[in-house]
Amino acid sequence: MAILSIKDVSKSFGNTKALDEISFEINEGEIVALLGPSGCGKSTLLMIISGLEHPNKGDVLWNGNSLANVQPHLRNFGLMFQDFALFPHMNVYANVAFGLKMAHLAPNSIDLRVHEMLNLVGLSAFSKRDVNTLSGGEQQRVALARVLAPHPRLLMLDEPLGSLDRNLRERLVIDLKRILHQMQQTAIYVTHDQEEAFTIADRIILINSGRIEQIGTPLEIYRDPASIFVAQFLEMTNLIPGIIQNHDGKTLAISALGNFPVDTSVEGKANILIRPDMARLDDDGLIVLKGLFKEVSFRGSTQRITLTINQIPLTFEFTTQVTLPNLDTQMTISLDPSLAIKVFPSS
Amino acid sequence: MILKRGKWVTVSLLWSAPLIFLLLFYFYPLGSILKISLERSQQGLISPLIDAMKSPLPWRILGFTFWQAILSTMLTLTLGLPGAYLFARYSFRGKALLQALTGIPFLLPTLVVAAAFNALVGPNGWVNLGLKQLFNLGNSPIQFTNTLAAILVAHVFYNTTIVLRMVGDFWSHLDPRLGQAAQMLGANRWQAIRWVIIPVLTPAITAAALLVFIFDFTSFGVILILGGPRFATLEVEIYYQTISLFNLPLAAVLSLLQLACTLGLTLIYSRLAKRLTIPLVLKSRSVTQRRLTTFRGKLMAGILITTLIILLILPLAALAIRSVTRLTSDQNQPTSTSSGLTLDYYQELGVNRRESAFFAPPSTAISISLGYALATTILALSLGFPAALALSRDVDSPFSKGMDAILMLPLGTSAVTLGLGFIVALDQPPLDLRASWIIIPLAHTLVAFPFVVRSLTPALRSIQPRIRQAAVVLGASQGSVFRYIDLPLISRAILVAGTFAFTISLGEFGATSLIARPEFPTVPVAIYRLISRPGEINYGQALALSTILMLIAGAGMLLIDHMRLGEIGEF
Repeated sequence: MAILSIKDVSKSFGNTKALDEISFEINEGEIVALLGPSGCGKSTLLMIISGLEHPNKGDVLWNGNSLANVQPHLRNFGLMFQDFALFPHMNVYANVAFGLKMAHLAPNSIDLRVHEMLNLVGLSAFSKRDVNTLSGGEQQRVALARVLAPHPRLLMLDEPLGSLDRNLRERLVIDLKRILHQMQQTAIYVTHDQEEAFTIADRIILINSGRIEQIGTPLEIYRDPASIFVAQFLEMTNLIPGIIQNHDGKTLAISALGNFPVDTSVEGKANILIRPDMARLDDDGLIVLKGLFKEVSFRGSTQRITLTINQIPLTFEFTTQVTLPNLDTQMTISLDPSLAIKVFPSS
Repeated sequence: MILKRGKWVTVSLLWSAPLIFLLLFYFYPLGSILKISLERSQQGLISPLIDAMKSPLPWRILGFTFWQAILSTMLTLTLGLPGAYLFARYSFRGKALLQALTGIPFLLPTLVVAAAFNALVGPNGWVNLGLKQLFNLGNSPIQFTNTLAAILVAHVFYNTTIVLRMVGDFWSHLDPRLGQAAQMLGANRWQAIRWVIIPVLTPAITAAALLVFIFDFTSFGVILILGGPRFATLEVEIYYQTISLFNLPLAAVLSLLQLACTLGLTLIYSRLAKRLTIPLVLKSRSVTQRRLTTFRGKLMAGILITTLIILLILPLAALAIRSVTRLTSDQNQPTSTSSGLTLDYYQELGVNRRESAFFAPPSTAISISLGYALATTILALSLGFPAALALSRDVDSPFSKGMDAILMLPLGTSAVTLGLGFIVALDQPPLDLRASWIIIPLAHTLVAFPFVVRSLTPALRSIQPRIRQAAVVLGASQGSVFRYIDLPLISRAILVAGTFAFTISLGEFGATSLIARPEFPTVPVAIYRLISRPGEINYGQALALSTILMLIAGAGMLLIDHMRLGEIGEF
């Protein structure tokens, strides 16, 4: 059931419009990622939901009730900052206990809860430590314990892994997901990193320049990007211009690479996406393309190649099981249009 | 941290010049005067000391000195802390100007301050004149001078800018996220301030309060001129005992007492100032400051700014206006005075009247003062730079902590004692400098030196070794590193330090009054002489000179502020 509603929220700073009529809903217990490039307005949205900033238009509702007049410290929303903002004059214990102290809990209860949280994040032995001496990963975990301790109804994380190195990030994002699900914590996770969002989120909201581009599960979005922006953000860069026309009852997308049968009824100019992950290294598909094999880069479980077809550089991904021909030779690939081609009409 | 041997050598070399300077011109004169004051007594060395210590006088005076300093400091904090909050958190039109103007009082000599307050609230000041005219009164209703209130107000006038700058600067770089994090954890505004903001700010507040206390504790001119004969602090009493009563043993005891107190205070200050470098995440001002939006905010800011202007800027304005006003009282109606604008007093400065105490017109005092100021700046920078370099390279050792405290000593020592020490000590070759012009810049350098070091050290400390290493790897020699990396990065700090030295030298009075030759007066000395002579013209000239000095000090402060934009420094 929807527990948080954002309705038509707009916010401008001077002449810059940071958010433009944003609306969406979040269900209880869900982890939703706000994904978008830097400056797209996601942090501003968090500030508005938390009450630290006020929208110019629109409203934030919790359980159907407007939060417009509720001050930040009374909302019981947790907010974890990118640079953690640990209190430098308090040790780990005092930092984690702060929210509980503000709630006037009895010292015994506070003690119990703080140790429970430190256990959860794996820092039980750290309670007396000076926070300024901790490593990045340790600080992140203290910040997490601190924000979870008072049982916030909603947890917001603003690029919480931004200041950490890659290995640490990949480990911690999985830890985070486990902890959040274990506590059935409703959470909003803000990031510009597509992989992080896809790993942790139940649903993703893609934002660009203050507007929502797409909402869906990671799988939905990956399989069916709603716009050119989303496709490009997911690093699907094979976009070529074309025209959609009706020929004898069949709709074709006409482009420099050939004519592809497509499943849309809108005619006119369009951008055609050739998915990089749907090519096969053979010549018996419905669409066969030949090109010059220019580059290859090894990406762990996949190989990413550049194929120049009709002077257009295209990117394709193959698993590492596939044996590729030599560089600078001709290469043939097959595509199944229903899987590999997506059309974005220009309207 | 144990220093490598090579580093020890460099550090020692760097300290050699400043140390020799302090030895020759601080410890030696001080020792001489204490020795002489103890020699003067017939009963031997120790007993007059003990006699003097047994009398209740030194302790009573010590008590009053502490008392007025504590009161002054608390009042200064009351005005300074809200002001610091305003400057730290908000940006508004005219802020830079306001900041510069509130800094001018600090660099003014006490004479000018006394004259300014006199011009505003003295018996013939603007306020009293206005009230007399308004209500047809015979006597001046407001009695300001020669009261404790005058001392306290003047101290607040002088030192508010210390709190505004030290605390405001630090606060302005504080991550606003700390307060926001506290709010999101359930703390309301006051709880956030109490549990998070104030604890983090405490080192800065305490350091500022301590510095203010030290200045109030050693205050001289304010007590002497604005407080009048009823009040005596240690410094004033040393002056009386030395100059008027020739009771040198008592003066020696008082000097020792004062030295002991200020040494203790400066040691504590050095410790605290180090703590200002807590590993805080410091943000740039563009992140932490915002405009005043709510009506309530604008109202509070308005009240605060008005108070600051009334207290800190109005006296200066009164002084400037008074210096171009000729007041004549009507013989038949003593309650009315007419005023007219005039530049007479300024023109008089260039004229050498026959009965003048000078052998030259007062305006030459200006060129003399400028010359001395230039010499002081060069000296202070030449000595202060190696000291700051040494402090920045060798951060943690007890040696540098001790040196740091020693450097602050001249600030806390009685100017009279210093001046007398110069006369007494520097009268034999090879240091027979009494007749030489350089004695004045030397005395000024003593006073300016701590400020130069304090301005340069943070800038030098902030050059990351990584940048120097990068230069070395790219082929730069030590000299080139210094020339192309260090120097440009700290050029601003050097300018700030130099401006401090220059303006302090211009305004120095205490020591200068004792050692200046009558035919080569500095501006403060000239002002003092003009004020001591009767007559409207002399008083007017004193005001004119004071205004000129105030304008130069103001320009200096504006320059310092302009150069310091964006830097996190100590005061």
